[in-house]
Amino acid sequence: MTDTIDRPNLPDTEPAKRIPISTGSEWTFELIGKYDEEIARCAAEFGLDTYPNQVEVISAEQMMDAYSSVGMPVGYHHWSFGKQFLNTSKGYQRGQMGLAYEIVINSDPCIAYLMEENTLPMQALVIAHACYGHNSFFKGNYLFRTWTDASAIIDYLVFARNYVAECEERHGVDAVEEILDSCHALMNYGVDRYKRPAPISAAEERRRQKDREEYLQKQLNDLWRTIPRMGEDEETVRRKQRYPAEPQENILYFIEKNAPLLETWQRELIRIVRKLGQYFYPQRQTQVMNEGWASFWHYTLLNRMYEKGLVTDGFMLEFLQSHTAVIYQPPFNSPWYSGINPYTLGFSIFSDLRRICENPTDEDREWFPEIAGSDWVETLHFAMRNFKDESFIQQFLSPKVMRDMKFFSIENDDQEDVYRVTAIHDDPGYRPLREKLARQYNLSYREPNIQVWNVDVRGDRSLTLRHIPVDRVPLGKSADEVLRHVHRLWGFDVHLESADDSAVMAAYHCPPRDPEGE
Amino acid sequence: MGMTHIVDRRLNGKNKSAVNRERFLRRYRQHIKKAVADAVQRRSITDIERGESVSIPSRDIEEPVFHHGQGGKQEMVHPGNEEFVTGDEIAKPPGGGGGGSGSGQASPDGEGMDEFAFQITQEEFLDFLFDDLELPNLARKKLKDTEAFTYSRAGFTSQGVPAKLDVVRSLRGAHARRLGLGGSRRKKIRELEEQLAALKSAPEDLDAAFSHADQIEALEAEIASLKSNMRRIPFIDEIDLRYRQHIKKPKPATSAVMFCLMDVSGSMTQTHKDIAKRFFILLYLFLRKNYKKIDVVFIRHHTSAKEVDEEEFFYSRETGGTIVSSALKLMNKIIESRYSPDEWNIYAAQASDGDNWNDDSPVCGKILAERILPLVQYYAYVEITPQDHQMLWYEYEKVMEHAPQSFAMQQIADPGEIYPVFRQLFERKAA
Repeated sequence: MTDTIDRPNLPDTEPAKRIPISTGSEWTFELIGKYDEEIARCAAEFGLDTYPNQVEVISAEQMMDAYSSVGMPVGYHHWSFGKQFLNTSKGYQRGQMGLAYEIVINSDPCIAYLMEENTLPMQALVIAHACYGHNSFFKGNYLFRTWTDASAIIDYLVFARNYVAECEERHGVDAVEEILDSCHALMNYGVDRYKRPAPISAAEERRRQKDREEYLQKQLNDLWRTIPRMGEDEETVRRKQRYPAEPQENILYFIEKNAPLLETWQRELIRIVRKLGQYFYPQRQTQVMNEGWASFWHYTLLNRMYEKGLVTDGFMLEFLQSHTAVIYQPPFNSPWYSGINPYTLGFSIFSDLRRICENPTDEDREWFPEIAGSDWVETLHFAMRNFKDESFIQQFLSPKVMRDMKFFSIENDDQEDVYRVTAIHDDPGYRPLREKLARQYNLSYREPNIQVWNVDVRGDRSLTLRHIPVDRVPLGKSADEVLRHVHRLWGFDVHLESADDSAVMAAYHCPPRDPEGE
Repeated sequence: MGMTHIVDRRLNGKNKSAVNRERFLRRYRQHIKKAVADAVQRRSITDIERGESVSIPSRDIEEPVFHHGQGGKQEMVHPGNEEFVTGDEIAKPPGGGGGGSGSGQASPDGEGMDEFAFQITQEEFLDFLFDDLELPNLARKKLKDTEAFTYSRAGFTSQGVPAKLDVVRSLRGAHARRLGLGGSRRKKIRELEEQLAALKSAPEDLDAAFSHADQIEALEAEIASLKSNMRRIPFIDEIDLRYRQHIKKPKPATSAVMFCLMDVSGSMTQTHKDIAKRFFILLYLFLRKNYKKIDVVFIRHHTSAKEVDEEEFFYSRETGGTIVSSALKLMNKIIESRYSPDEWNIYAAQASDGDNWNDDSPVCGKILAERILPLVQYYAYVEITPQDHQMLWYEYEKVMEHAPQSFAMQQIADPGEIYPVFRQLFERKAA
């Protein structure tokens, strides 16, 4: 807390008289309003640009509800959310797990939940973290701007829930559940990574649903009607032309448009899950940044409040205790270790970025010549707007943070008898370490690269997916299980091949083949 | 500023997840049913009325997604390095594994990931316990063909049984009728009497032609005739009678009485009684779910039967022989005196090891078939014995043939069979 949180170009230095907003730890709606107002004023000083906020005070039970619907304020019904709920409430009742004290929805207005059990300092922390941290991230980061439409999501969720309920009524809960199960299994493969999607809109969806029904069926018929031209050897045709001509990464989209037997409502369900996958896609790619940004700002904003004399020492003690717990990173050999804490990593990088701007060392000048000594608020905003976890780490992870967190990398090659330490936080290690860590946050490295490879259009209509392994890493055990879901959607045989450039390393089939078969 | 909108949502429904939770339970009914069945075995009787913790193997509820498996070359960055330098080699633990790849899921709560455990409530517990069971003839006697009524007053009626005659109302009516019928005559009589009196008091006219005597005679005759008419108005007539009216309001029969009959003779060991106990408990819980009010009557018997409280029923010991009919007779007597079949759904469960005086068994069959079965919704007999059946069983089989709808019997050899047998007994009869 020795950091002086101040900007040189602030209006005036406030007089040092301390008139705190409140002294107790009990919150009231009036106090929340006052704190929010002051936090907003601080946020404005730092140029945080946010959607309007909607702060909703809820009970612990409601928090569990919100928690188990993966942060969707309105969700369709599905058993998996029930499972999540049971898990959450179990943990909560046993006191093993503090409830997340904040959930924030990427919507306009930005909805944030405050739990009634929290003390006033905690409420202030959540407001700073969610309503100004996350909120400005949602509004500023390019992935969110490109991939989600904050103003339309709530409408869309309502539309989705009603549509699913309608289907359940018409086709039965089981039939709908089956399709949703299968779609959920492929949700991460329902996103175009490189193509900007059409924005979500419930009204548009409703309007187009009808058109789509007619159009789609026509298109399908065209595809499946294709007959090889007479005179040409069928085998050569089949070998020559794959369908699709280029591999498709959006498996759900491909199935929605091309599966021969699906009924229209089933295609619509696929579409809904796909759209939700798209909505969550930026979140999956910006966890470190998003949490780091929000943590940096709750820390900075509340310290600014302290400077202004708006909060008491007791308030700050409680706040700092929570803050420290949130950004705690257990070392790799601790029983509590479960990977890198994104709050810690993100907070460290953003904080260090500010330090580099304000108090650069020689090392910083060498590593970040353009940043060292620049306006920190601008630099941080630039970083927030234009990167995702992978590129953010690659760009801004400094040697100091690597040293502070004592990073090292370990290689586990199944062809060797030992693990090998490939880099540590020392001079030769910084760059490779940073590269490796960045790659770790690359979605296409974290998740197996699987694409639609071919459909046997003229033969048995089987669908072949292709997995392109990196460093010989095979697919996990659940591959067969997922393939069953693909099969359910596709309706004909489904194959999955793990293949390098040429050789097929492993193959999965649904329905499974006899070991001797083939 | 002023851009923030603060809303109090605490009073909004909190059970947003109820449907999803229900969906989950629905999807895993089979698992939960099994867990519940196991729990019933395990639990002590007094402790059957609470929720249960259910565990489902995690692999069964996994939502599969594509992920990396172990193998190949994987590299991970970790924090907290103390001693490693680049190039260090660390021996792999024998047996492989421990790859530390990104695919493994750490348990969030320190519990093993092999089991997904959660709580179901007592209500849900019982629902699963009794799932798709239905008492035969499950007569929450339907409103339309109900046999149970309450009578409520609904004014007066001119027809009825003497017992409901309302004397005051009837006499009041009679009085009014008499007044009504006699009024004009009485008036006439009064007039005539006045004329008569006037004539009598008037000075005698000398002209014989105008003698009063004739007129008086005529008046007197008329008065006499009118009076005799008056006398013929009945003091009370049939149309005066008023009866209190009651109408029958159908009353859903929501009360049940459950008779527990148990042999406590010397041949019943504690194990036998234990099994019987659990059977009774199940029946009780099941009835409790279907009826608002349940009376339980405990009848224990050896050579003679006795109505006892629960404690004595389950926990005191007797020795001696067995005369089953004594219990049946007592049950019949109790029904007659306290539980009219019009108002009560009567259920009975009898547990015995099958021992009985051979001479008594035909008597039992007869009492059961002729006197008890016509009164009860359902009678279940469980014979707790691993051995061959005795006389009583065969007598009951005859009863069964005649009343398969309201009688069931089963043999139980060990505690593990209670629940299946219970289900079998009360299984939904195919429509």
